[in-house]
Amino acid sequence: MSSAPLTLAEKVWNDHLVVKGENGSPDLLYIDLHLVHEVTSPQAFDGLRLAGRPVRRPDLTIATEDHNTPTWDIDKPIADITSRTQIEALRKNAAEFGIRIHSLGDVDQGIVHVVGPQLGLTMPGITVVCGDSHTSTHGAFGALAMGIGTSEVEHVLATQTLPLKAFKTMAINVEGTLRPGVTAKDIILAVIAKIGTGGGQGYVLEYRGSAIRALSMEARMTICNMSIEAGARAGMVAPDQITFDYLKGRPHAPEGADWDAAVEYWKTLPTDAGAKFDAEVFLDANTLDPFVTWGTNPGQGVSLLDVVPSPDDFSDPNDKAAAERALEYMDLTPGTKMKDIRVDTVFLGSCTNSRIEDLRAAASIIKGKTKADGVRMMVVPGSAKVRLQAESEGLDQVFKDFGAEWRFAGCSMCLGMNPDQLAPGERAASTSNRNFEGRQGKGSRTHLVSPLVAAATAIRGTLSSPADLEGAN
Amino acid sequence: MEKFETYTGVGVPLRRSNVDTDQIIPAVYLKRITKTGFEDALFAAWRNDPEFILNQDAYRNGSVLFAGPDFGTGSSREHAVWALRDYGFKAVFSSKFADIFRGNSGKQGLVTGIISDADIEKIWQALEANPGLEATVDLVAKTVAVADIRVEFEIDEYTRWRLLEGLDDIGLTLRDEQSITDFEAKREAWRPKTLPAKGA
Repeated sequence: MSSAPLTLAEKVWNDHLVVKGENGSPDLLYIDLHLVHEVTSPQAFDGLRLAGRPVRRPDLTIATEDHNTPTWDIDKPIADITSRTQIEALRKNAAEFGIRIHSLGDVDQGIVHVVGPQLGLTMPGITVVCGDSHTSTHGAFGALAMGIGTSEVEHVLATQTLPLKAFKTMAINVEGTLRPGVTAKDIILAVIAKIGTGGGQGYVLEYRGSAIRALSMEARMTICNMSIEAGARAGMVAPDQITFDYLKGRPHAPEGADWDAAVEYWKTLPTDAGAKFDAEVFLDANTLDPFVTWGTNPGQGVSLLDVVPSPDDFSDPNDKAAAERALEYMDLTPGTKMKDIRVDTVFLGSCTNSRIEDLRAAASIIKGKTKADGVRMMVVPGSAKVRLQAESEGLDQVFKDFGAEWRFAGCSMCLGMNPDQLAPGERAASTSNRNFEGRQGKGSRTHLVSPLVAAATAIRGTLSSPADLEGAN
Repeated sequence: MEKFETYTGVGVPLRRSNVDTDQIIPAVYLKRITKTGFEDALFAAWRNDPEFILNQDAYRNGSVLFAGPDFGTGSSREHAVWALRDYGFKAVFSSKFADIFRGNSGKQGLVTGIISDADIEKIWQALEANPGLEATVDLVAKTVAVADIRVEFEIDEYTRWRLLEGLDDIGLTLRDEQSITDFEAKREAWRPKTLPAKGA
């Protein structure tokens, strides 16, 4: 092997090369872990069945039910027929093809991107795919983790490989120390606002710098989760002691000599000194404010201390037109202070922000406080395990005392495939990842926020940060 | 998959940027478990608007789409491609596509060609001046033509070859099955395994 300096992403790529592509054909990469859920898999299994192909490696595949699952009354039959059909199809396919499944009611059920890391299946230096764009979450471990489409799901099921075209690399350097009340979610919203929803296209992002190194694994997952909202193929953070400590002792983490061999390898993964990125972006953590979106794509975000922008603020004609449309859809007037925007619902959940640290952060803000009149708050843990952990810490009681709904695990209102939807025209502060038109229900209006902002907003009724609460009830 | 060489059909000017996959097909349609029949779901929210382009008679049978930049962003749902395909679209042109959407398209025989915003604008104007005008997509020559406008489009060579040959993905990979088996023999013991199940 030559010793040319390489980036983290290049190292993981090279170590999974089964066949090097020639003459413009893609490389064939081995896939270490394939996560499956009920929405993007039925047609893939259908394809296998039609072609008479088996699943090559059931032992590298795991399924959970998350997108359609109800978060109330989970012991009752699912009322929506199509939701039920998809879930039943997954159960049938898992049984037929010998795949491990965690169904609704199972203690390891939950959002697929919460369950993988929780079980210790997500590790540094592996390749992870799932028919879900937020697979980028797993990049927080230094894994190369990519969302794929249903044809690719079928391909991975059949071959445990994926033909992939080479990517470019982009360093996202975040240096400095976050101020109190500013979190990983604010970093990633600021990054997307800076580079745009297409800024990462063709790239694997690597989040670097002192502010990233200081983050917990769960915070790193929040950041990597939203890489796709910048259009990136994947997002990664180099593994370090924080990664190893998080992983050690988890059910599927390596043990004994395997653990030692793994750690030795994992320590070789960080980007070499002198390695070249195709692009670099810099963000100052010291001056970052809580960040929120005003528009209908995740790049349309501003500091919470700022005002709703005017279309005239954008020089690019497409951005200007997009802003006009977004303001109309969101029913917002340029110049309005972001903090004056009143919400109807606060949603704490999704693969972006539904882990135990997210629930702890929000609970610490609302504890002993009163919810704003007329505001509904839903808390949806990312997994059954997160829910149990929160209950063992008494967080459920904090949420219930506050008047929030304490629900069962799933994707829930992030995309409203289950009954958890906003009514037309309703406005939400949401810890999820997409503020697209109609994402949380037909006509729904979404402001993406951090768990801390979500909690403070539930208290004041308008978009707020914990700093706004001083002196409040 | 059918071979794609040239195709001629009604051009549709979609004057919108950032057409994300939630707009192409809302999440509610993802609950189906079949691989076809998504034509009713395409742009479902927009189609409630009688003024929407596909609700206009001249464009109802459209099959070549010309859209603003950043087409197909957002969710990885392949249903977005199925919806376009089932509606009858054979090709989409934009100055910029989301990667996952573009990958998904190539596998379903939907051509995604990149042309400049300036060329898109010219074609939009031509189509709007003469609704129902046809566009001719020539994948061999990598050109798209509308009336007297003829521009080259970008598409990566591998996807183009696959589309021209109408090749199935899995069959192609399984020609390398021995290499996969060899790779698996060297796979380190620490790498994850979901079975036997541990947890709870």
